Amino acid sequence: MSIVFERTRGMVDMPLHYCPGCTHGIIHRLVAESLVELGLMDDAVCVSSVGCSVFTYNYFDCDAYQASHGRAAAVATGSKRVLKDRTVFTYQGDGDLAAIGTAETVHAAARGENVTIIYVNNAIYGMTGGQMAPTTLVGQKATTSPNGRSAELQGYPIRVCEMLSTLDGTAFAERVSVHNPANVRKAKKAIKKAFEVQTAKQGFSIVEILSTCSTNWGLNPTDSLKWLEDNMIPYYPLGNFKTPEEN
Amino acid sequence: MAQGKVTFREDRCKGCGLCITACPKQIIFLDKNKINIQGYNPATVEKMEECIGCGNCALMCPDLIITVERF
Amino acid sequence: MEKMLMKGNEAVGAAAIKAGCKYFFGYPITPQNELPEYMSRELPKNGGTYLQAESEIGAINMVFGAAGAGARVMTSSSSPGIALKQEGISYLCGAELPCVIVNMSRSGPGLGGIQPAQGDYFQATRGGGNGDYYTPVYAPASIQETVDLVQEAFDVADTYRTPVIILGDGMIGQMMESVEFKDIQKRRLPQKDWALKEHVEKGSKKLINSLYIKPEEMEPHLQKIFGKYDVIKKEEVRYEKFNCEGADVVAVAYGTVSRIVRNAIKKLEEDGIKLGLIRPITLWPFPFEAFDEISPETKAFLSVEMSMGQMIDDVKIANAGRLPVEFYGRPGGIVPKPIEVVDKVKEILGGAK
Ligand SMILES: Cc1ncc(C[n+]2csc(CCOP(=O)(O)OP(=O)(O)O)c2C)c(N)n1
Ligand code: SF4
Ligand code: SF4
Ligand code: SF4
Ligand SMILES: [Mg+2]
Repeated sequence: MSIVFERTRGMVDMPLHYCPGCTHGIIHRLVAESLVELGLMDDAVCVSSVGCSVFTYNYFDCDAYQASHGRAAAVATGSKRVLKDRTVFTYQGDGDLAAIGTAETVHAAARGENVTIIYVNNAIYGMTGGQMAPTTLVGQKATTSPNGRSAELQGYPIRVCEMLSTLDGTAFAERVSVHNPANVRKAKKAIKKAFEVQTAKQGFSIVEILSTCSTNWGLNPTDSLKWLEDNMIPYYPLGNFKTPEEN
Repeated sequence: MAQGKVTFREDRCKGCGLCITACPKQIIFLDKNKINIQGYNPATVEKMEECIGCGNCALMCPDLIITVERF
Repeated sequence: MEKMLMKGNEAVGAAAIKAGCKYFFGYPITPQNELPEYMSRELPKNGGTYLQAESEIGAINMVFGAAGAGARVMTSSSSPGIALKQEGISYLCGAELPCVIVNMSRSGPGLGGIQPAQGDYFQATRGGGNGDYYTPVYAPASIQETVDLVQEAFDVADTYRTPVIILGDGMIGQMMESVEFKDIQKRRLPQKDWALKEHVEKGSKKLINSLYIKPEEMEPHLQKIFGKYDVIKKEEVRYEKFNCEGADVVAVAYGTVSRIVRNAIKKLEEDGIKLGLIRPITLWPFPFEAFDEISPETKAFLSVEMSMGQMIDDVKIANAGRLPVEFYGRPGGIVPKPIEVVDKVKEILGGAK
């Protein structure tokens, strides 16, 4: 008898506060497993952001900061400039990173800050109750786009990985999803690769993970996975946008 | 085919059902006869002999409560 | 050490490096640009890192990251930029992180003007961001004093785990005076055992945080911080009292304006009028004790400011209703001339004596 799957030691043994079926939990696990498997867990520094994942600092078994809304990339910059040999990563939602924190994110990437961004895109402001996010799809209903996002009125959702991959400082950018086991496996590979890029001091790395918010999407957790697959992936194509050349 | 066994940390289950959708053998269900301390019907498996230990259920569980063994 | 002629902004940088500052996060704004420029030049030579941020918000949050990692760290700006930093300063206070923030202030509101002004007194002394907090604020009146206070500010920041503000103005930043880098007596500083380290100690998870979601935890957190403020109020108040014994009027002025008042004192002497000066060096904590003893001859306090009147509120609190509190201010970037202060004092005393 052999254990094929057990709880990672990279996460503190406590219940997660997320809604039932919220894929934030899966993403936490992938980050922790990746760090443990790469031998980086003890050295890791987590910068938590403001959003549903604000308490990530409790969950990862490593040192952490709690940053103000949107500023995680700047906090990570300050931290990594001092703690040069530690693995510094942020964990941010789409509102946090792609709205209020756009400047901090873009410039951390442009500077080639040697940090890793775990970017959880659920196309909505989860924590504040389902308002329209910069990533909310055209036509998608939110509490502040009750008739569905209108391109005319509210413009278009931001594709963060595509945008950041145009910057020379970005070494690694990949978009993944966690809507089924096969994609969860791929997501973990990307997260591991991003941390390896940081370890090799190759520059800025970001993994965008498409995630669900059944509570604010008004769907059950299983239907949310389907909604993600049918609606988000066509607009946010999965794949690698940038990776350092092997030498 | 390999034989597997899954164990659920029942108290922490939120009954979200993501493990159910992921199981290729369709052997997981929410136990309507049980309510855990959080007030959810926890996930469970009755026909454990059909489990192949693929780990899909654990990969999808957002609350990290599933352990999978293979023998 | 010998004396040398230095511009205020550069002297701040030199003092910071001497005080062991290793990280500086800047953003351009007049009239403080010589400071980040100096740091970008000199810090790397001294084993430090200068980084230009994308904004003052970025800079203060980089300070948050570096301070949380235990580094001696500084940022600087001028009024509108300091306004942008307020969120970060509030977080630094909540997370109890030491750092030094320099404000070479200019006039406002809005983009205002770039000439020296003191309209940021409230912002500096009342905690300009959200929530219950204060930051120690030093207001130097000469380049030498600036240099001395920068070194002191780092120690005070580390002693109490708090951001410390140096509030200068365009005049202090831009003018040149001769300075000497004295060896300031070192305080015994506490170990930064709360900070993230380069090498992790096993089993001691460190957290830099200002979030206390439970009211029953937030209240004691604030009470603990305010306990430190009580000590700061007892130990760190600094001021200068000059010519107050038997003075007809006592002026209260800080920074650049206090120099003008000194000139007015000399001029008034020729007319047989004695003007005293209370010069707060710490604006927070405000030197209330300097107002305890008032000579029977003194007829009024006069708050002289380069603003529409902000410090006057603290002067009134300090005065506690004993004497009339008068005000003379030139806002908007105008530095008052000594003669204006002279005239105001004469007016208070009921015409020429
Ligand atoms: C300065 C500031 N503005 C607004 C908020 C309120 N706020 C908290 S979380 C949040 C949005 C979070 O959404 P997202 O980043 O997408 O994370 P999610 O909850 O969806 O995971 C907002 C706007 C805040 N805390 N601070
Ligand atoms: S509100 Fe949405 S994002 Fe937040 S925990 Fe619930 S499901 Fe997850
Ligand atoms: S291990 Fe595979 S077969 Fe067994 S219960 Fe889980 S998903 Fe089903
Ligand atoms: S995925 Fe996890 S939490 Fe959800 S029902 Fe299955 S075991 Fe319970
Ligand atoms: Mg979101």
